[in-house]
Order: sequence, then structure tokens, then C-alpha cells
Amino acid sequence: MKKKYNIALKNTFNNIKNTLPVLFAIILLIAWVISFIPDSFYSKIFTGNNAADSFLGALIGSIATGNPVNSYIIGIELLKQNVGLVAVTAFVISWVTVGVVQFPAEALLLGKKFALVRNIISFISAIIISILTVLILQLL
Amino acid sequence: MIRKIVVKIGGNWVFLISILFLYLLTLFFNKALFIKSMLYAKNVVIEVIPVLVIVFVLTFLANIWLTNKKANKLLTKKASFLQYMSAIVLGILSSGPIYMWYPLLSELKEKGLKNSLIAIFLYNRAVKIPLIPMIIYYFGLPFLLITTFFMIIFSLINGYFVAKFTNN
Repeated sequence: MKKKYNIALKNTFNNIKNTLPVLFAIILLIAWVISFIPDSFYSKIFTGNNAADSFLGALIGSIATGNPVNSYIIGIELLKQNVGLVAVTAFVISWVTVGVVQFPAEALLLGKKFALVRNIISFISAIIISILTVLILQLL
Repeated sequence: MIRKIVVKIGGNWVFLISILFLYLLTLFFNKALFIKSMLYAKNVVIEVIPVLVIVFVLTFLANIWLTNKKANKLLTKKASFLQYMSAIVLGILSSGPIYMWYPLLSELKEKGLKNSLIAIFLYNRAVKIPLIPMIIYYFGLPFLLITTFFMIIFSLINGYFVAKFTNN
């Protein structure tokens, strides 16, 4: 039992050790980018059209990688910049479900066709889920 | 040379050092931007710390409960319904980077685990229990419930299409 807790503690410590530098770097990067880029920038990228914004959000989320905590922190910051919830939802979902950076490893270990099909379907799913989520939230 | 440095100190730290270097350059060339960025970062850090503590405590609890051996035992059971449920539950409960699970899934695939189950498992990793407090706090409970519901449903749809297109 003690060994089990020690292993869990060790794994958690490794998780923290790996996560914190990236998280801190991402917070600093976000702070820099937000301070550098004028507030109007995101409203220029995101069009206000639900379909187009969910596509853009999913695209950025697919390319971005790291701990899911980071995706929510960035998502919150994007919301503060008046980016629509549909784009942010697509962004946070595709961050975890689609892995452009991890693609070579996935293709190597689980098969190229599997990785390609799974990532494409996950990308489309992120767009559909984001649109459905926002539509339902508007109805509530 | 650069690759050697990355391997030695780790990509995470290289990333952080690069950002710190960016701040150093900013300090020299645009002090106002440096101060604005630092103040913004400080506010974000203060805001995030309590949530991070909860996230790491829940990660610790998940590490106690879920081992690779348990996941293996549940996923290779014969009953089909149980397999799907196991893939969903284990996907939700699993923690750590996604690539950490590839070797185990590859091994199970060789032993007969279906592509659909692997896709379901990987998709459900988007449902993060340790992040629930953070999601509720910032996005609200309805958002959490709706997205979680859709992610579980779409994991099954993903599993179906992956199986269909990979002939497995």
C-alpha cells in the first residue's frame, strides 16, 4: 500500500515537474502576446460567424499542444478578449482530441491510417460539438 | 548542438528559457511592454494557483487508483458493451500526456484490441476530471455538462468511423 502511494506521489511529482515550466512559460507568453497585440486583433481573426470561428478555433487547438490546463487558461484569456465561445470551445476540445504534434508518434505506434482517420474525425467532431454546445447554451 | 541541449535539460525547460529570453529582449527594447506583460502574467498566476493545487491533488488521486495493469485488464475483456464502457471510463480517468499511452495501446492492438476502442479511449481523454473545478468556475456547470455529454457521444461516433475507415 505504501509502495502504491509512493509510486502515485512520484508520478504526480513528475507530472508537476513537467507541467510547471510549460505552464509558467505559456502564462508568460500569453501575457506578452496579449500586451503586444492590440485588443482588436482577435476580433479580426475570428469573424463572429459560428461555423468559421469554430473551424479557426479547432485549427489553432489542433496545432497547439501541452497540458489541457493550458488550453483552458488560453481559452479564458480569449473569452476576455471577446472571442466567441464557439471558437474557444472548438479550441479547448481540439487541443486534447487532435494532435498534430503527436501525429508522428501516433502513426508509428498505432498505424498511419488509424492516426490520420482519427485526427480528421476528431477535428470535425470538435467543430460540431462547439456549435452544438453554444446553440444549446443559447436555448437554456 | 541544440538537440543535445534540448535532450539534456528537457524541452519544457528550453521552452521556458526561450520565453524568459524573449522577456529579456523586451526589457532592453521596450520597457513599457515588459512591465505590462509582467503585470498581466502576475495577475494570471495569482488567479490560477488555487485551481492548480486542486488539479494536482486530483492527479495524485487518479495515479493511486488507475494503473496500466488495471486498464489492460478492463480493456481486453470479452463482453462488447463492457469494452466500450471500459474504454470510455478509462479514457476519462487516464492522466498524463497522450503519447504515454501509445505503447500500451499498441501492445493491446497487437493482442486484438479494436481500433474503435482505441479511438474511444483516446477521445475520452478530452474529459478531464481534475479540470472540472476550473471549467465550472470559468465556463459554468451547463457548459461542462453539455460538452462532456457530447464528447462521450462523439467518442462513440469516432470509434465507429475509425473502425469503418481502417477496416478494423
